[in-house]
Amino acid sequence: MLRLDRFGVSQEKALVYRRLTIVAVLIVCVGLLGATTTQAAQPAQPSVPEGFVPMDDVPPEDQLPAAPLLAAAYVVVWVIALGYLWTIWRRLGSVEKELADAMRRVGADGA
Amino acid sequence: MNKRAFPVLMGLSLVFFAVAPVLIVRAPYEQEMGLIQKIFYFHFASWMAMYLAILVLGIASALFLFRRKPAADRLAVAAAEAAVVFGLMGLITGPLWAVKSWGVWWTWDARTTMAMILELILVAYLILRAYGGPGSDRLAAGLGMFAMANLPFLYVSTEIWRTIHPPTSVVPTLPVDFGLPLWWSVAGFVVLCLALLTARVRLEEQRATLDRLYLALEEE
Repeated sequence: MLRLDRFGVSQEKALVYRRLTIVAVLIVCVGLLGATTTQAAQPAQPSVPEGFVPMDDVPPEDQLPAAPLLAAAYVVVWVIALGYLWTIWRRLGSVEKELADAMRRVGADGA
Repeated sequence: MNKRAFPVLMGLSLVFFAVAPVLIVRAPYEQEMGLIQKIFYFHFASWMAMYLAILVLGIASALFLFRRKPAADRLAVAAAEAAVVFGLMGLITGPLWAVKSWGVWWTWDARTTMAMILELILVAYLILRAYGGPGSDRLAAGLGMFAMANLPFLYVSTEIWRTIHPPTSVVPTLPVDFGLPLWWSVAGFVVLCLALLTARVRLEEQRATLDRLYLALEEE
Protein backbone atom coordinates (compact mmCIF):
# COMPACT_ATOMS: atom_id res chain seq x y z
CA MET A 1 0.00 0.00 0.00
CA LEU A 2 1.36 3.41 -0.96
CA ARG A 3 1.75 5.98 1.79
CA LEU A 4 0.13 9.29 1.02
CA ASP A 5 1.61 12.56 2.14
CA ARG A 6 0.97 16.26 1.74
CA PHE A 7 2.28 16.22 -1.83
CA GLY A 8 -0.68 14.01 -2.92
CA VAL A 9 -0.55 10.98 -5.22
CA SER A 10 -1.82 12.49 -8.47
CA GLN A 11 1.71 13.26 -9.67
CA GLU A 12 3.05 9.95 -8.43
CA LYS A 13 4.60 8.81 -11.68
CA ALA A 14 6.39 12.07 -12.31
CA LEU A 15 7.73 12.03 -8.78
CA VAL A 16 8.97 8.46 -9.12
CA TYR A 17 10.99 9.56 -12.18
CA ARG A 18 12.28 12.53 -10.19
CA ARG A 19 13.36 10.24 -7.37
CA LEU A 20 15.09 7.88 -9.74
CA THR A 21 16.89 10.81 -11.38
CA ILE A 22 18.10 12.04 -7.98
CA VAL A 23 19.34 8.56 -7.04
CA ALA A 24 21.06 8.18 -10.44
CA VAL A 25 22.79 11.56 -10.06
CA LEU A 26 23.97 10.59 -6.57
CA ILE A 27 25.30 7.24 -7.79
CA VAL A 28 27.16 8.97 -10.65
CA CYS A 29 28.65 11.50 -8.18
CA VAL A 30 29.87 8.74 -5.84
CA GLY A 31 31.19 6.81 -8.87
CA LEU A 32 33.09 9.84 -10.16
CA LEU A 33 34.56 10.40 -6.71
CA GLY A 34 35.63 6.75 -6.60
CA ALA A 35 37.22 7.00 -10.06
CA THR A 36 39.08 10.19 -9.09
CA THR A 37 40.20 8.49 -5.92
CA THR A 38 41.55 5.48 -7.79
CA GLN A 39 43.35 7.69 -10.31
CA ALA A 40 44.79 9.87 -7.57
CA ALA A 41 45.83 6.91 -5.43
CA GLN A 42 47.61 4.92 -8.14
CA PRO A 43 50.53 7.22 -9.02
CA ALA A 44 50.94 8.34 -5.40
CA GLN A 45 51.94 4.89 -4.12
CA PRO A 46 55.62 4.81 -5.18
CA SER A 47 56.24 8.37 -3.94
CA VAL A 48 54.95 7.80 -0.40
CA PRO A 49 58.38 7.42 1.23
CA GLU A 50 59.55 10.67 -0.40
CA GLY A 51 56.32 12.57 0.41
CA PHE A 52 56.35 11.99 4.16
CA VAL A 53 59.46 13.25 5.88
CA PRO A 54 60.00 12.42 9.59
CA MET A 55 59.17 15.48 11.73
CA ASP A 56 62.67 15.59 13.26
CA ASP A 57 64.23 16.10 9.81
CA VAL A 58 62.18 19.22 9.07
CA PRO A 59 63.81 22.56 10.03
CA PRO A 60 62.01 24.33 12.94
CA GLU A 61 60.93 27.26 10.72
CA ASP A 62 59.07 24.80 8.44
CA GLN A 63 57.30 23.00 11.27
CA LEU A 64 53.70 23.85 12.05
CA PRO A 65 52.92 24.74 15.67
CA ALA A 66 50.61 22.11 17.17
CA ALA A 67 48.74 24.29 19.68
CA PRO A 68 46.68 26.38 17.18
CA LEU A 69 45.72 23.21 15.29
CA LEU A 70 44.69 21.50 18.53
CA ALA A 71 42.68 24.54 19.63
CA ALA A 72 41.06 24.77 16.18
CA ALA A 73 40.02 21.10 16.37
CA TYR A 74 38.29 21.58 19.73
CA VAL A 75 36.66 24.85 18.64
CA VAL A 76 35.36 23.20 15.44
CA VAL A 77 33.76 20.40 17.45
CA TRP A 78 32.03 22.88 19.78
CA VAL A 79 30.89 25.16 16.95
CA ILE A 80 29.42 22.25 14.97
CA ALA A 81 27.66 20.73 18.02
CA LEU A 82 26.22 24.05 19.23
CA GLY A 83 25.37 25.16 15.68
CA TYR A 84 23.43 21.96 15.05
CA LEU A 85 21.63 22.25 18.39
CA TRP A 86 20.69 25.82 17.47
CA THR A 87 19.24 24.71 14.08
CA ILE A 88 17.12 22.04 15.84
CA TRP A 89 15.90 24.62 18.37
CA ARG A 90 15.05 27.10 15.58
CA ARG A 91 13.23 24.50 13.45
CA LEU A 92 11.35 23.16 16.48
CA GLY A 93 10.26 26.69 17.42
CA SER A 94 8.99 27.32 13.90
CA VAL A 95 7.08 23.99 13.72
CA GLU A 96 5.57 24.48 17.18
CA LYS A 97 4.40 27.98 16.20
CA GLU A 98 2.81 26.59 13.03
CA LEU A 99 1.28 23.78 15.09
CA ALA A 100 -0.27 26.26 17.53
CA ASP A 101 -1.74 28.23 14.59
CA ALA A 102 -3.18 25.05 13.05
CA MET A 103 -4.64 24.00 16.42
CA ARG A 104 -6.34 27.40 16.71
CA ARG A 105 -7.76 26.99 13.19
CA VAL A 106 -9.03 23.50 14.01
CA GLY A 107 -10.58 24.89 17.22
CA ALA A 108 -12.19 27.80 15.34
CA ASP A 109 -13.57 25.47 12.64
CA GLY A 110 -14.93 23.14 15.33
CA ALA A 111 -16.65 26.02 17.11
CA MET B 1 9.97 10.47 22.53
CA ASN B 2 10.20 11.40 26.21
CA LYS B 3 10.29 15.22 26.50
CA ARG B 4 12.28 15.07 29.77
CA ALA B 5 15.05 12.91 28.31
CA PHE B 6 16.65 15.82 26.43
CA PRO B 7 17.54 18.07 29.42
CA VAL B 8 18.83 15.05 31.36
CA LEU B 9 21.02 13.84 28.48
CA MET B 10 22.20 17.36 27.61
CA GLY B 11 23.12 18.03 31.26
CA LEU B 12 25.00 14.75 31.44
CA SER B 13 26.91 15.49 28.24
CA LEU B 14 27.85 18.95 29.60
CA VAL B 15 29.34 17.24 32.67
CA PHE B 16 31.36 14.94 30.41
CA PHE B 17 32.53 17.86 28.24
CA ALA B 18 33.43 19.98 31.26
CA VAL B 19 35.69 17.28 32.72
CA ALA B 20 37.13 16.01 29.40
CA PRO B 21 39.55 18.95 28.82
CA VAL B 22 41.03 18.44 32.31
CA LEU B 23 41.67 14.75 31.64
CA ILE B 24 43.03 15.53 28.16
CA VAL B 25 45.42 18.22 29.45
CA ARG B 26 46.66 15.87 32.20
CA ALA B 27 47.19 12.99 29.77
CA PRO B 28 50.87 12.43 28.89
CA TYR B 29 52.30 13.48 25.53
CA GLU B 30 52.53 10.70 22.98
CA GLN B 31 56.19 9.94 22.26
CA GLU B 32 56.21 10.52 18.47
CA MET B 33 53.34 12.93 17.81
CA GLY B 34 53.57 15.15 20.88
CA LEU B 35 50.87 17.75 21.53
CA ILE B 36 48.98 17.21 18.26
CA GLN B 37 48.05 13.66 19.33
CA LYS B 38 45.56 15.21 21.78
CA ILE B 39 43.21 15.91 18.84
CA PHE B 40 42.70 12.13 18.82
CA TYR B 41 40.52 12.25 21.98
CA PHE B 42 37.76 14.22 20.24
CA HIS B 43 38.48 12.89 16.72
CA PHE B 44 38.03 9.22 17.65
CA ALA B 45 35.09 10.04 19.94
CA SER B 46 33.27 11.88 17.14
CA TRP B 47 33.62 8.81 14.89
CA MET B 48 32.27 6.59 17.67
CA ALA B 49 29.22 8.87 17.97
CA MET B 50 28.86 8.71 14.18
CA TYR B 51 29.03 4.90 14.27
CA LEU B 52 26.29 4.86 16.91
CA ALA B 53 24.10 7.20 14.85
CA ILE B 54 24.59 5.06 11.73
CA LEU B 55 23.75 1.90 13.70
CA VAL B 56 20.52 3.55 14.85
CA LEU B 57 19.88 4.73 11.27
CA GLY B 58 20.33 1.22 9.84
CA ILE B 59 18.18 -0.56 12.43
CA ALA B 60 15.44 2.10 12.30
CA SER B 61 15.49 2.00 8.48
CA ALA B 62 15.08 -1.79 8.51
CA LEU B 63 12.20 -1.52 10.99
CA PHE B 64 10.51 1.07 8.80
CA LEU B 65 11.10 -0.85 5.58
CA PHE B 66 9.96 -4.28 6.79
CA ARG B 67 7.55 -3.43 9.62
CA ARG B 68 6.21 -0.07 8.31
CA LYS B 69 6.70 1.72 11.62
CA PRO B 70 6.45 5.53 11.16
CA ALA B 71 8.20 6.12 14.50
CA ALA B 72 11.20 4.16 13.19
CA ASP B 73 11.27 6.40 10.10
CA ARG B 74 11.35 9.51 12.28
CA LEU B 75 14.21 8.03 14.31
CA ALA B 76 16.07 7.18 11.08
CA VAL B 77 15.89 10.78 9.79
CA ALA B 78 17.14 12.06 13.15
CA ALA B 79 19.99 9.53 13.22
CA ALA B 80 21.06 10.32 9.64
CA GLU B 81 21.36 14.02 10.47
CA ALA B 82 23.30 13.29 13.67
CA ALA B 83 25.61 10.96 11.74
CA VAL B 84 26.36 13.72 9.20
CA VAL B 85 27.12 16.17 12.05
CA PHE B 86 29.52 13.82 13.88
CA GLY B 87 31.06 12.69 10.58
CA LEU B 88 31.74 16.33 9.73
CA MET B 89 33.54 16.75 13.07
CA GLY B 90 35.72 13.73 12.25
CA LEU B 91 36.41 14.91 8.72
CA ILE B 92 37.54 18.34 9.95
CA THR B 93 39.54 17.30 13.03
CA GLY B 94 41.30 14.54 11.02
CA PRO B 95 43.00 16.95 8.57
CA LEU B 96 43.95 19.29 11.45
CA TRP B 97 45.87 16.34 12.92
CA ALA B 98 47.16 15.15 9.53
CA VAL B 99 48.71 18.46 8.47
CA LYS B 100 51.03 18.26 11.47
CA SER B 101 51.63 14.51 11.53
CA TRP B 102 51.67 13.68 7.80
CA GLY B 103 52.57 17.11 6.41
CA VAL B 104 49.42 17.17 4.22
CA TRP B 105 45.83 18.15 4.98
CA TRP B 106 44.34 15.20 3.16
CA THR B 107 45.45 12.03 1.45
CA TRP B 108 43.28 9.62 -0.54
CA ASP B 109 44.10 6.79 1.81
CA ALA B 110 41.72 3.78 2.15
CA ARG B 111 40.38 4.93 5.55
CA THR B 112 39.93 8.62 4.74
CA THR B 113 38.36 7.85 1.35
CA MET B 114 35.90 5.37 2.88
CA ALA B 115 35.00 7.88 5.59
CA MET B 116 34.39 10.56 2.96
CA ILE B 117 32.20 8.20 0.87
CA LEU B 118 30.19 7.20 3.96
CA GLU B 119 29.60 10.88 4.74
CA LEU B 120 28.44 11.41 1.13
CA ILE B 121 26.03 8.44 1.42
CA LEU B 122 24.52 10.08 4.52
CA VAL B 123 24.26 13.44 2.77
CA ALA B 124 22.57 11.60 -0.14
CA TYR B 125 20.08 10.16 2.36
CA LEU B 126 19.19 13.65 3.62
CA ILE B 127 18.91 15.08 0.07
CA LEU B 128 16.65 12.18 -0.89
CA ARG B 129 14.43 12.83 2.13
CA ALA B 130 14.28 16.56 1.44
CA TYR B 131 13.64 16.52 -2.32
CA GLY B 132 12.66 12.95 -3.23
CA GLY B 133 8.89 13.43 -2.92
CA PRO B 134 6.38 10.69 -2.00
CA GLY B 135 7.89 7.26 -1.48
CA SER B 136 11.39 8.64 -0.97
CA ASP B 137 11.17 7.51 2.66
CA ARG B 138 11.41 3.86 1.53
CA LEU B 139 14.22 4.55 -0.94
CA ALA B 140 16.08 6.43 1.79
CA ALA B 141 15.54 3.53 4.20
CA GLY B 142 17.39 1.28 1.74
CA LEU B 143 20.20 3.83 1.60
CA GLY B 144 20.29 3.95 5.41
CA MET B 145 20.74 0.19 5.61
CA PHE B 146 23.46 0.44 2.96
CA ALA B 147 25.25 3.05 5.11
CA MET B 148 25.13 0.68 8.09
CA ALA B 149 26.52 -2.16 5.98
CA ASN B 150 29.58 0.05 5.31
CA LEU B 151 30.43 0.43 9.00
CA PRO B 152 32.41 -2.80 9.56
CA PHE B 153 34.44 -2.16 6.40
CA LEU B 154 35.27 1.36 7.57
CA TYR B 155 36.31 0.11 11.01
CA VAL B 156 38.65 -2.62 9.73
CA SER B 157 39.91 -0.65 6.72
CA THR B 158 43.16 0.25 8.50
CA GLU B 159 43.82 -3.43 9.23
CA ILE B 160 43.02 -4.98 5.86
CA TRP B 161 44.30 -2.37 3.40
CA ARG B 162 47.65 -0.66 3.08
CA THR B 163 47.09 2.71 4.72
CA ILE B 164 49.03 5.37 6.61
CA HIS B 165 46.14 6.05 8.98
CA PRO B 166 46.86 4.81 12.54
CA PRO B 167 45.25 1.36 13.02
CA THR B 168 42.09 1.00 15.13
CA SER B 169 43.60 -2.05 16.86
CA VAL B 170 45.78 0.20 19.08
CA VAL B 171 42.74 1.62 20.88
CA PRO B 172 41.99 -1.36 23.20
CA THR B 173 45.70 -1.64 24.08
CA LEU B 174 46.11 2.00 25.22
CA PRO B 175 47.51 2.45 28.75
CA VAL B 176 45.19 3.99 31.36
CA ASP B 177 46.77 7.46 31.05
CA PHE B 178 45.69 7.63 27.41
CA GLY B 179 42.64 5.37 27.71
CA LEU B 180 40.82 7.29 30.47
CA PRO B 181 40.52 10.64 28.61
CA LEU B 182 39.70 8.76 25.42
CA TRP B 183 36.82 6.66 26.80
CA TRP B 184 35.59 9.63 28.86
CA SER B 185 35.41 11.68 25.65
CA VAL B 186 33.71 8.79 23.84
CA ALA B 187 31.08 8.64 26.62
CA GLY B 188 30.56 12.41 26.33
CA PHE B 189 30.07 12.23 22.56
CA VAL B 190 27.74 9.22 22.83
CA VAL B 191 25.56 11.02 25.40
CA LEU B 192 25.61 14.19 23.25
CA CYS B 193 24.57 12.08 20.25
CA LEU B 194 21.64 10.64 22.23
CA ALA B 195 20.62 14.15 23.39
CA LEU B 196 20.67 15.47 19.80
CA LEU B 197 18.73 12.41 18.61
CA THR B 198 16.07 13.03 21.27
CA ALA B 199 15.66 16.67 20.24
CA ARG B 200 15.63 15.84 16.52
CA VAL B 201 13.05 13.05 16.95
CA ARG B 202 10.85 15.52 18.83
CA LEU B 203 11.04 17.84 15.80
CA GLU B 204 9.97 14.99 13.48
CA GLU B 205 7.09 14.09 15.82
CA GLN B 206 5.85 17.68 15.81
CA ARG B 207 6.08 17.77 12.01
CA ALA B 208 4.03 14.55 11.78
CA THR B 209 1.39 16.04 14.12
CA LEU B 210 1.30 19.18 11.95
CA ASP B 211 0.83 17.08 8.78
CA ARG B 212 -2.05 15.21 10.40
CA LEU B 213 -3.65 18.51 11.44
CA TYR B 214 -3.36 19.96 7.93
CA LEU B 215 -4.91 16.79 6.48
CA ALA B 216 -7.77 17.08 8.99
CA LEU B 217 -8.27 20.75 8.02
CA GLU B 218 -8.33 19.87 4.30
CA GLU B 219 -10.90 17.14 4.85
CA GLU B 220 -13.27 19.53 6.67
